[in-house]
Amino acid sequence: MRRAILTVAMSGVVIAFLSPLGYSALLSLKTEEQISQPNSPILPSDPRTFDFQGETYSVYFVPIPDGSTRELALFKKGRTQSDFIDPANPAAGTITWQGSWRTLSQPWQLAPQWGNYAEVWNDIDFPRLLFNTVGLALIGTIGTVLSCTLVAYGFARFRFPGRGALFTLLLATIFLPDAVTLIPTYTLFVKLGWVGTWLPLLVPAFFANAYDVFLIRQYLLTIPRDLDEAAAIDGASAFRILRSVILPQAWPVIVAVSIFTFVYSWNDFFGPLIYLAGHEDIQPLQVGLSHFNGIYHTKANLIQAGNIMTLLIPVILFAIFQRVFTRGIVITGVEK
Amino acid sequence: MEQLPAVAATRLTSPRSWRLPRVRLSALARREARQGYLFISPWLVGFLALTVVPMVATLVFTFLNMTLAQEEPLRFVGLDNYVRLAHDARVWASLGNTFKFGLIWLPVSILVPFVIALALNSRYLLGSAVMRTLLFMPYVVPFVASVLVWNAMLGEEGWLNTALQFLGWSKPPQWLFDTTFIYPGLVLIGIWGIGAGVIINLAGLRGIPTELYEAARIDGAGWWAQLRNVTVPMMSPILFYTLILGVIEVLQYFLVPLVLKNGTGEPGGTTLFYNLNLYQTFFTFQDLSYGATMAWLLFGIALVITLILFRLSRRYVFYAGER
Repeated sequence: MRRAILTVAMSGVVIAFLSPLGYSALLSLKTEEQISQPNSPILPSDPRTFDFQGETYSVYFVPIPDGSTRELALFKKGRTQSDFIDPANPAAGTITWQGSWRTLSQPWQLAPQWGNYAEVWNDIDFPRLLFNTVGLALIGTIGTVLSCTLVAYGFARFRFPGRGALFTLLLATIFLPDAVTLIPTYTLFVKLGWVGTWLPLLVPAFFANAYDVFLIRQYLLTIPRDLDEAAAIDGASAFRILRSVILPQAWPVIVAVSIFTFVYSWNDFFGPLIYLAGHEDIQPLQVGLSHFNGIYHTKANLIQAGNIMTLLIPVILFAIFQRVFTRGIVITGVEK
Repeated sequence: MEQLPAVAATRLTSPRSWRLPRVRLSALARREARQGYLFISPWLVGFLALTVVPMVATLVFTFLNMTLAQEEPLRFVGLDNYVRLAHDARVWASLGNTFKFGLIWLPVSILVPFVIALALNSRYLLGSAVMRTLLFMPYVVPFVASVLVWNAMLGEEGWLNTALQFLGWSKPPQWLFDTTFIYPGLVLIGIWGIGAGVIINLAGLRGIPTELYEAARIDGAGWWAQLRNVTVPMMSPILFYTLILGVIEVLQYFLVPLVLKNGTGEPGGTTLFYNLNLYQTFFTFQDLSYGATMAWLLFGIALVITLILFRLSRRYVFYAGER
């Protein structure tokens, strides 16, 4: 009993939690007409029509005097009476119905508007935005993985004066509000002529960050030292040991950090917003999406199509690598 | 197999016993230290260039009249920026908004993941692993997309209000256009990103030794007593970590309303958060010095709150490994 109550309640929570995604996906496939009609179906649909002798007629629910309701195509509109034809048997001729056809409701049929996606694809030049997003994410990931691996190796394997204090300082940067460094940094990038290029977004990635260094260091500490000590006795340099001994054993954490950084970079909005404002040809998806929302905010179907297109790749990556995600979050969140 | 000479055998089994004479050792240690510094140098350089120097520069800016265009000659203005800050009603209003929102958001952002993790960790729950994955998923939805999804979801025709109407609330609020409901609306948007918090809490719960619960049960503790006397104390370091990060995050909160309201502060100035004000001072009005002063105020507030919380944590946070 307890089991049933808890499982049902939590399923409800999960469904409610994911319902915005469903709402967005359905909205993205609707026509504007359907969105503007208050009592239209939940699923993307069109009012049903019937093609007859080269003309298209709307289908309505028509109450018949015998108490039943039939789906008939409106053939000739009239104020007090209208002529209908039966789509199942058009040859039988018209059926005259007394009353105003405007009071009748229409049957809907499923009609997902995949064309919305094509429209957004072209309007925002999705391929270019996607290229920019992937480009920024890939280069940023390479920089982060390279620098964080070196730094984590330094902290994990070498004894040097001030190591503990420096590591604490590194972790403390997690708690530092960005605003306190933003203004001079931005000013510097303006002076260097970097604003309007990818450089302000990519160069800092090559200088390591606290989260990923911590993540990699924790992993390196679990790798036994026997092998690197043996390699050191054989005269291998520290860099050689990193490359030939440590890295082959550390690939799980390297993969984790790569995927993490890739998705985070995909999600970065503020950086591209301030450094790439006005340079539409080099902006990533999120900035393009926000811009698109500013112009098309009345077209909910297109906005949601853009959303779904933007979130699809990170969500798929997550679905494939969800264990890696969870593990990384546990290490940075619990072990610190 | 050939027997290793005795010396070599000791070397392999106890590496510390074959230390080289003292002079050579310190040379080795110096070499090791040099290599260590070399490997951490990317971070050291970045830390100096992108954190320390900009922080000091921000402080220096607060005593100048710097703007991006710098039409007036640059000069030292003493505490003028701080005096202006003290009398700036907009600054205090925006800080008030940030605090008000924080007071609503922080309890939610700590309790909701904790309670969900409790449920996911329960032995009475079927399908816990699948639910965990699904609850985490929105965390990876790109920020702008998630804000725009919620903008529709909280709209007049959105499913939330449809559900509320179904439950009998005939005129549900216009969440994002009503000064009373805007913060709850923003909290709903924020809840979408609690996946990481759930995972962290769940890992914490799984790390609590089962003996503690067994001992509590033997002492006659029920569900509530176990939660109060075992789970919460054992989880307090994680809850504390979440709280500290949450405080820092909420003090800087402004991107969601920036996307939703295009930085207008609508409805009725409620979404003019401190960081939005700072961002506009800097980017829109390009007033570097005043923006820097606002940044240092933010940093000071963050520091004071963090220090107070750390002080309080000595009393309320239980670290099992320490005495």
